[in-house]
Order: sequence, then C-alpha cells, then structure tokens
Amino acid sequence: MGELKVEEKTAGGLTSSAAPVVEVNGLRVGFRTQAGVVQAVDGIDMKIGPGRTLALVGESGCGKSVTGKALLALQPKHAEVTGEILLSTADTKGKGRLDLVKLKPDSKEMRAVRGGSVSMIFQEPMTALSPLHTVGDQIMENVLLHRTRNRKEAKRIALDMMKRVGIGNAEQRLDQYPHEFSGGMRQRVMIAMALSCNPTLLIADEPTTALDVTIQAQVLELMRKLQRELGMATLFITHDLGVVAETADDVAVMYLGRIVETAPVRELFSNPKHPYTKGLMKSIPRIGSQTGRLASIEGTVPLPLNRPPMCGFYERCPERIEGVCNAMDVPETQIGPDHRVRCFLYNDEGSKAKEAKMHG
Amino acid sequence: MLRYMLRRTLIMVPVTLFVSMIVFIIIQLPPGDFVSGYAAKMATSGEIMDEQAMALLRESYGLDKPWYVQYFTWIIGILTEGDFGYSLSYNRPVSDIIGQYMGITIIVSLVSMVFTYVVAIPIGILSAVKQYSFFDYLATGFGFLGMATPNFLLAIILMFISFQWWGDPMLGLFSAEFTDAPWTAAKWMDLFKHMIIPVIVIGTSNTCELIRVMRGQMLDEMTKPHILTARAKGLPEWRILLKYSARAAINPIVSTIGWSLTTIFTGSTITAIVLNLPTQGPVMHKALLSQDMYLAGSWLLLMAVFTLLGTLISDILLAWLDPRIRMTRKGT
Ligand SMILES: Nc1ncnc2c1ncn2[C@@H]1O[C@H](COP(=O)(O)OP(=O)(O)O)[C@@H](O)[C@H]1O
Ligand code: SF4
Ligand SMILES: [Mg+2]
Repeated sequence: MGELKVEEKTAGGLTSSAAPVVEVNGLRVGFRTQAGVVQAVDGIDMKIGPGRTLALVGESGCGKSVTGKALLALQPKHAEVTGEILLSTADTKGKGRLDLVKLKPDSKEMRAVRGGSVSMIFQEPMTALSPLHTVGDQIMENVLLHRTRNRKEAKRIALDMMKRVGIGNAEQRLDQYPHEFSGGMRQRVMIAMALSCNPTLLIADEPTTALDVTIQAQVLELMRKLQRELGMATLFITHDLGVVAETADDVAVMYLGRIVETAPVRELFSNPKHPYTKGLMKSIPRIGSQTGRLASIEGTVPLPLNRPPMCGFYERCPERIEGVCNAMDVPETQIGPDHRVRCFLYNDEGSKAKEAKMHG
Repeated sequence: MLRYMLRRTLIMVPVTLFVSMIVFIIIQLPPGDFVSGYAAKMATSGEIMDEQAMALLRESYGLDKPWYVQYFTWIIGILTEGDFGYSLSYNRPVSDIIGQYMGITIIVSLVSMVFTYVVAIPIGILSAVKQYSFFDYLATGFGFLGMATPNFLLAIILMFISFQWWGDPMLGLFSAEFTDAPWTAAKWMDLFKHMIIPVIVIGTSNTCELIRVMRGQMLDEMTKPHILTARAKGLPEWRILLKYSARAAINPIVSTIGWSLTTIFTGSTITAIVLNLPTQGPVMHKALLSQDMYLAGSWLLLMAVFTLLGTLISDILLAWLDPRIRMTRKGT
C-alpha cells in the first residue's frame, strides 16, 4: 500500500479557509432545446477544501448531476457551460490553478484530469460498468491511463484497491465480469476504480441511492474510511438529508439550478434559514428512500426554461412575499461566518417590503 | 463451453435426419414424378412413351417403391458411402454435380460476405458517430435504395453499364477464352473481374441492411451509462468508441454470420440465373422444377445442414463474445 499517499485529516477537519482543492464561480450549464434554453445550472459558487466533503443536496431535477458532470466536462455536446472551475492539483502547484471550463472536453489536459486528479462515481452501479469487460480490466484501465504503463504494476494496484474497498478473494474476482457482482459489490468496484489514482477530488453522484438500505450504510462507511485514509476532497451529491448528516462537513442546498443555502453541516441542521431547507428538514426521509420527492413540500421542481428573474422556489414557498420574491432576482446574504442564504427574508429588500406590508 | 459445443453438435444428428425426411416427403408431394414429367417433355417433341416403357424406367430408378423405402435407401447410401443418389436429368451421380458447383458457390458466397461486412460495419459506425451529418443521410439514402432495388434489376443495370463502358456485360465467371484454360494469373484476373458484379449484387441488400443495424446498435451503445464511466476515466473518444461502443455493437452482428451464410447461399439463386453464374442456385432451381428428386433432395439436405451449422457457429460466437451468455451456458 506504499504507493498510496496517505494524508491524515487534522483533528477538527480543515476549515474552509484553507486553500480550496476546487473553487467554482458562477457556473452555468444550459441545454439548447427547441423550446428554448434549459438552464439546468444557473450560476453556482462553491469551494471544497482538501480532505473535506461538501454535500450537494436537493430534489430530483434540481441540477445536481449536471453540476457534477460539468466539473469533468462530461456534459453532452449541445450543452453550454460558462463560469469558472478552478482546480488545484499536484501538477498545478506553483503554476496557479487550472480553469476546467477553458479546457476542451476531449483535450489531453482535460483527459489527464478525468480519472486522474478528479474522478467520479455514478448512481447506477448496475449499468456504470461495461458488461463485456472484466472488472480487473476496467480498474486497470484507469491505472494504466494515469499512474503507470506497466501492466503488472497496474494489476498490483488494482488488486490492492479491490482489497481496500473490501472485495474478498480479489485475485479471483479481478477476472470476473460485472454481472457476477452484486449491486453493492459493483459500487465497491466503482469506488476502487475512482480512487485508484489518488484523486484530489472525488465526485460521488448519489453513490448509494440505488442500493439496499443495509448495503447503503456499508458503502457510506467505506467511503468515509477511504477518505480518512486517502484525504481526497469529496463532492457528495444526494437528495437524502439523512445521508448528508452522516457524511458531510459542509452542505450546499440546491434548488432549480441555484445554491439557495450553504453552511457547515451542524449549523445547517441546527439553524436552517431558507424556506426550502426548512421544508427538507421536515421531510428527512429515512435512509433508503428511493423517491427523491419530498412529501412535505407541495409540488415539484419546475423546468428551468424561460424563467423570469425571480425566486425559483416562489411557487412552492409558504413564506413568499408577493411583489418582491416574484419581481426580481434574489441576491445572496451572508448571515454567519460560513453561512449564506439566498432568500428575501434575510436581506433589506425583503424586510422593508414586509414592514411596509405590516404597516400599510 | 466445450461440453456445450459437443452437446449442440450431437443434437444436430437427429435434427438433420428429421429434416431430411421432411424434405424427402415434400419433394414427393407434387403429383407425378420425374418419369411422368420426362414423358410429357418427350411427347412435345413427338416421341410417345408407352406405359410399359415408363414402368421400366420407374423400376430402374426405384421410383416404383413406396417413399419410405426410397428414403431409407437414399439415406443409407449417403451415410455408408457418401452416395447422394443419381440425378435423373443430368444422368450423373448427384455428388458429381454438387461437387462441380460447390467450389464456385462457396467462393462467391464468401467473397460477398466479406464484402458485406467490410463495407457495412465501418459505414454503420461512422453514420452513428456523425449522426444527422451529410454522410449519415447519404449512407441512409443509399441504404434504402439498395434494400428497395431487387437484385435481378441491379444485376441487369450493372451488366448494362459494364457493357456500355467496356463492351462486355461480364456474364458468367470466365470469359470464353479462359473457360477451359489452366489456372494462370490471367485466368485469376479474369475471374476476379467477373466476380465484381455478382459480389456487388449479392452483397448489396445485405450490406444496406447491415448498415442500418450497425448504426442503430452503435447509437444505442454510445449512450449507455458505462460509456460515461469510460469518459470519466480520461479515455480518449476514439478508444471509447472502439473498445466499448463498437465492440458491443458488433456482437449481435458477428453472431449472425452463421445465419447469413445460408441467406447468401439461397438468396443468390435468381441473381445467379440472371448473371449466368455456374453456382448451385440455378442448378437446384431446375432440379426442383423437373422433380429430379435426389438432386433436389440432396441440395435441400445440404441447405438444412448449413443452416444448422450456421446456427451452431452463431451460438458459439455469441457465447464467445458475451461473458453473460457464456456464463449461462457453463452449467448446461
Ligand atoms: N442532456 C440534457 N438535455 C436537456 N436537459 C437536461 C439534460 N440533462 C439534464 N437536463 C435537465 O437539467 C435539469 C437538472 O437535471 P439533473 O442534474 O439530472 O438533476 P438531478 O438534481 O436530479 O441530478 C433537469 O430539469 C433536466 O431535465
Ligand atoms: S425569496 Fe421569497 S419565495 Fe424565495 S424562498 Fe425566500 S421567501 Fe420564499
Ligand atoms: Mg441526478
């Protein structure tokens, strides 16, 4: 295991003020369709420090996966991506940071990032592996692309990773095909693959959503253990606040392509501000809920198509202020050292309007 | 896998016997037999055969016996001494006639098949990768045109063009001066030239269909989630295309090679007649019409064996290419 760089997390975890591994500024992803541009991601900012986990949480269709894929330029060709994704890696140290938005998706530089310094785990372990290639081949492929050209060495690394993620009998399992693995085991394979090249950032897009409840807990525990050992930063995408509580250091709540509230995990759970976050808290599903829909908030996420400048949550918000929330864009308000919220209830504009209403 | 293949091969024996019997019964079904047909033909040229002469002829060919006796005599002949019976219209052993045409038939079929795959697979892949491009529309357009044009028409058109440009419609497989010549380089060249039209004609409709299938398969494979995994690893697009999409898209196509062998075998009969090719098709066509039962029966029997062999080859290829199928066969 000597080849794996082990970076112990400092006692209290690194604070978000440490130089971030990745910093996203004003990221927008739009899909041109016949009806207009679907603005799936509409200007989001986030930072993840080394060894930290940021949970990106929100209902189905709010733009989480599109965000995750954009970090690796995995969006479809017809998508339009603007903003900044600044990555610092071992390679870029001293040379400033690499802006991934500026790289061409199939360029050599981008391919060096993919699977190398940034890797990704997908939601569906059943379909994320090729059925025609052995598990070992698929893990080794990643290693051969980024770490070594020596097949023997690659095989050793693959075996080591398989053992680390708890796949017993690794020598034999290496030559087996994905259909010989259970869902949980396949997700372990995906994790082994994603972590085989010591990424500085791991993007995990609902890695446990498709799994049985008991398996979910095991896989989450494994991911926590590996993060302690390997020290990568993680963007953990989920619709499940229960999972957030168990995994995250910081949380970004996403709604309709925007981040509506950001805070450290304790702060968010003890002091949620945004009406959407509060709604989510009330409906924390037990681990294992597959729906991604929240019973206590009426309605569903609208399609981000031809939206006028207004709060995205307006239609479903129990505390909306007519004439304000639906009249202009909502700015972000800093309400604590690491706590930001995007809602008129917490800025001057909204307060004034409320007061005016009460008095008039 | 080995056990599976052995079992499959053994099963072929009773199936072949059963099919041969059905074939024999069907050939016997139409009213009359070779002798009555022969007598009718003689009559048109003024020679009347009397009942006695006909009975004599029947007896000498064994046609007076019940069908099952004829069948068993025939089958036992094939099994014990490779004797496929006697062709009544050619007045020669069936094995002679089949042997004479088999070589050419296999060459034409194989070359057509290679042509089909070599042309169709790359075009199909490119069409999918460049979906909705000019190239894609062109390939699709030609594809439908090729499928809609009957083979004999295409044959006539190509022969006409060849005649207009080179003064030779390229009938048959050899020019007159080479027919009985020894196998020199010049004769091979001549054969090659004459194969161009038949191969295009026989191969085109299959090619067009295969392009459609390959394109559809590719489009399907290119959007599978594991392609995104491969991309997220940092694999270059062309390697994703070859290692994952094309590899998976080709599976069902490669596995049907076995079946298409027989399709090309039978499908080319009409074309071969038009092009005057010395292949099996036209000979067997004649045999069926004149109720030359041993020739027709042997041919149909061979077709059946080819079909069974083709299916076996396809199944083995499928299992060899797809680990999921391989797995289910391990136990059997
Ligand atoms: N390829 C695409 N073309 C058009 N719209 C898309 C595409 N991918 C995603 N979207 C839209 O973007 C929005 C966000 O999707 P997604 O990120 O998958 O949501 P989730 O938060 O559930 O992961 C949805 O409204 C979805 O319809
Ligand atoms: S801005 Fe207005 S509508 Fe939007 S969440 Fe806040 S109160 Fe509700
Ligand atoms: Mg998603």
